[in-house]
Parts: sequence; structure tokens; C-alpha cells
Amino acid sequence: MDAEIIAMLGQDGVTNGAIYALLALALVLVFAVTRVIFIPQGEFLAWGALTMAALESGHFPATVWLLVGCGVLTLAVDGFSATGRRSIGRSLLWNLAYPLALAGLLWGLSLAELPTAARVLIALAIVVPMGPMLYRVAFQPVAEAPVLVLLIISVAVHLAMVGLGLLIFGPEGSRTQPFSEAQFELGSLMIGGHTLVVLAASVVLIVALYLFFDRTLYGKALRATAINRNGARLMGISPALAGRLTFFLAAVIGVLSGLLVAPITTIYYDSGFLIGLKGFVAAIIGGLASYPLAAGGAILVGLLESFSSFWASAFKDVIVFTLIIPVLMWRSLTSHHVEEEE
Amino acid sequence: MSNNNVLEVKNLSVAYGKVEAVSGVSLAVGEGKIVTVIGPNGAGKTTTLSAIMGLLPSRGEVAFDGSIEQVPEVERMVVRGMNLVPEKRELFGSMSIEDNLLLGAFQRHRSGKRDHLETMEEVYTLFPRLKERRLQQAGTMSGGERQMLAVGRALMARPKLLMLDEPSLGLAPLIVREIFRIIAELRRRGVSILLVEQNARAALQVADYAYVLENGGIKMHGEASTLRDDPRVIESYLGLGSKHQELLST
Repeated sequence: MDAEIIAMLGQDGVTNGAIYALLALALVLVFAVTRVIFIPQGEFLAWGALTMAALESGHFPATVWLLVGCGVLTLAVDGFSATGRRSIGRSLLWNLAYPLALAGLLWGLSLAELPTAARVLIALAIVVPMGPMLYRVAFQPVAEAPVLVLLIISVAVHLAMVGLGLLIFGPEGSRTQPFSEAQFELGSLMIGGHTLVVLAASVVLIVALYLFFDRTLYGKALRATAINRNGARLMGISPALAGRLTFFLAAVIGVLSGLLVAPITTIYYDSGFLIGLKGFVAAIIGGLASYPLAAGGAILVGLLESFSSFWASAFKDVIVFTLIIPVLMWRSLTSHHVEEEE
Repeated sequence: MSNNNVLEVKNLSVAYGKVEAVSGVSLAVGEGKIVTVIGPNGAGKTTTLSAIMGLLPSRGEVAFDGSIEQVPEVERMVVRGMNLVPEKRELFGSMSIEDNLLLGAFQRHRSGKRDHLETMEEVYTLFPRLKERRLQQAGTMSGGERQMLAVGRALMARPKLLMLDEPSLGLAPLIVREIFRIIAELRRRGVSILLVEQNARAALQVADYAYVLENGGIKMHGEASTLRDDPRVIESYLGLGSKHQELLST
């Protein structure tokens, strides 16, 4: 192994690590605000990537029908609950009118001729609204349930989403075009333009999230809910609102990381799970609580993965997931359980 | 009943499982008045407040600001101008004092009333200490400062009715005096207050009207000045001749 290979593997590792970092941040966010361990995070990645692939090949993206289905389901749930009926007008608009309007719009467009930016926006417009809908249908009715119950629901949602993914996308994988074909030479190292796009997009997204949580009232409201749910309720910040907003953000992050990863590796209907799990390992390194540690952990996971694929490629996933054992041991030995006074 | 009651509760009952913690409680808070609910530990004072706020499921009728809530729901009550400062304060410990205050105005901001900067100045004039420390984390403050922050945060919503649960609990006597001074000041500014207290002496001193809650039911009620001199109240809650306490509570 020489310096060139090390640099190449390092580049690979950091690129993948940046994507894991986004997923890890989403997982920490969702857990902090709603206490849900969000296994389906990876499905948003896969659905985003495969929707993009469909748009590129000029096919009508079948995820639109999922959006319509999710919308109808959400509307039904709203219709059956007392609090939902109070705002049924808004529910009709977002859960029925919006998906149908989007489907109509896409029907009329000639998808193959769209510029990349428009495709990105359309992929986001289709998949992201399913985040808050998912929260409304699966988690909001049991928001006060213990973490274990929420985890079990999360697993169920994951299985359902993988099944639906197989149904609408089929078993074939897809790869999308990179956002940039440029190549840069740095000494003996070739840096792909797409690598730079991934890194830049991750940094921009992380900074944007930081500003959102640090500067805006809604960001602060989400943090407040994470710190003290009762206190937040007394301020009129409803857990339902916080949950929907959180799942919206998680879906945005999931779809964007799907768009970033799809040109690097072939994405199948079930690829999201494995990628999501690596984000999860990173989130665990941050104790499901610390954003900077989770992001750092994600880079570590990415590097470990790329170097182990060089030496023992058959074992690369084993090595990455084994990382969780020393991390958990270290965490349980060094952390003291303190009852926090509120 | 008269129309200038901000809050009218009729026959409120709350059960934890099969155990009825509060049964058939009726009370009213007049506009611009301080009404206190006193009583021993476990009488159901906190439970009553939680039920009115919608934190606990209850039976009975809660009429707030002229309209009846069949099923009170916290977020809705906040929108309508009811605010509870709970016994545990429930501050956002790892956020700054200013952010805590800002979040107090969340619901108001959401419904389009963007006057939080003015309100914050008013809160700061009431609690100059909070202004001095506005960038400090809420969790690092002393008990008295936390109570002030909790009250200040609730005031950020410009409530029609402020419900205070044991605001003097665990505080040094001089701070307790400060807190009660502020409660009286709030009434002067036109806020109606429902005050739950174990410190009966101080509560009766500041309040206009009082209810005595025992074993989940109202045992006595009347003008605070009358109850102050009622022998039964003196015996159970005030004690005799503790001049020291009297001094501190005024």
C-alpha cells in the first residue's frame, strides 16, 4: 500500500462518511425530538435515489402513487380523530389536493428533458411529504408510548416500506448521473467532481441545520421539545407539530443523501437499510445525542469501511458494524447515569 | 354566575386509574383577581391545575374566557391565553435564558402576533436579574432565579390567566417574599392569577379570594381576608403567633 492508494481510499471514505454523517444527524434529531429510533431513514434515501433514476430515464416516477396513497391514509386518520377533524381543511389540502396536483403536473411534463435541478426538486417534492405523513399515521397516535414500542413500530414501517419499494421499483438497481463529471488533479490524486459536490452539499446542509436550530423560533422549539417535552407543551409547542416537522427534516435529509449517493453506488429497493445502519453506527458513537460526535463518527465509519474493503473486502460490513461493540463498551464505562433535574 | 369570571370550573373530577384524586371541585377566578387554592400535601392541588390546563384527563366543565372546553387540550388552552407555571418549572435547561423566554411567546408568534421583543423588555423590567444573565444557560441558575424565569417565560405569552403551582416551593424566605411581591405586581398589571400554595400565610396575604382543598374536595372558600381570620384555617394552616413568618410574608 502506497501513499496514492491511501489518499484514494481516504477520499472514498470521507465521501461516504459525509453521507453517513447526514443520515446520522437525521437519526439523532428524530430520536431527540420524538424518541423514535428511525430505522426507515434509509428507505427515504433509496426512494429518493430511485425516484431520481426514474426521472432521468424519463419514466413516470411510481413514488407519486405512493404519495397519493399515503395522503389518502393520512386524511383518513385525520378524519377519524377529534383533533384531526378540527383542521380537516388543511389536511385535505396537503394530503389530497397536493399529491393529486403533483401527479397531474408530472403527467403533463416531458420528464426526460428536464434539467438536473428541476429533477432534484421534483424528487424532493414527491418523497419528502411522505415523512410528516408517516409520522401522522404511524407515530403520532402513540407518541407517548415507551421507546421500545416506538422502535417496534419503526421496524414495522421499515419492512412495509421495503416491500412497497420492491413492488414499485422492482428488483433491479439503478445508478444516476453524477452532478459533475469534472476531474481535478491534486498531485498524484484524482478528485472527482462529484466527490466535491457531496462534500460541499453535506457541509452546506449541516451548516443550514445548525442555523435552523440556533437562530429560528421553530428550530428552537424543536430543541426545546427534545430537552423537555412537558415544558414545551406548556409553551403550546405540540408534540405532534414537533414530530411532523422533525420527520419532514429527516425526509429532506434522507432524499438529499439518496441523490448524493446514487451516482457513487448502485441503489436497489433495499439498499437504504444497510446505508442507514451505517449512519446509525455513527449516531451511536454520538450516543444518539451529540450532533458533532455523530458527524465525526460518520467520517470514521466511512474511512473504516473504505480501508477494510481494501484489505478484507468480504468483511467490510462486519468490520464496520463490529465497531459498535467497543464504542458501546467505552460509552457504558465512561458515562454515568445522572437523573437530570428539570 | 357573573360574566367577568375568566375561569369557571364546575364539578371537576380527576381519577388516576380507579383512585379519584379530585372529586367535584368547583371554583372561579374573577378578572384581574388573585385566587388561591391552599391545602396540605396530597390534597389534589396540582392535579386540579393540571386538569384545568388539559394535562390530565378529567370530567366536569371548564369554562375559560367565556367558552366551555369539553376536553381541555394544552396547546389550545395556551392559544386561548391560559398559562401554567408548573411546580417543577420545566425549564429548557441547556438553552439560554433569552431562548427560554422567546419560546414562551411561541404560540403567540405562531398566531401572527410578533410583539415578543416588547414583551421581553417588560419581563426584563419585572425581573432585572434575568436581563443581566440573559445569555446564561437556564440550568445553571439558582432556585429563585429559575422560578423567576419560569414566571417570566409564562408572561411572554401575555396570558389572560396565569396559574402558578407552588411558586414558593424550596425557595429561601427572602426570595419567597420577592416572588409574592411580583405576584401582587402582576395583578396591578391586570393579569388574573390562580395560585396554588402550601405557604398559606403568604398566599392569603396576597390573594383576593381563597379555596381550601382537602382530600380532593373543597372544604371552605371565601374572601381571603375572611379566611385569614377563620379559626379553623388558623389552626390547620397558619399556626399561632409565628410573628417571624408573618414578617417574611408581607
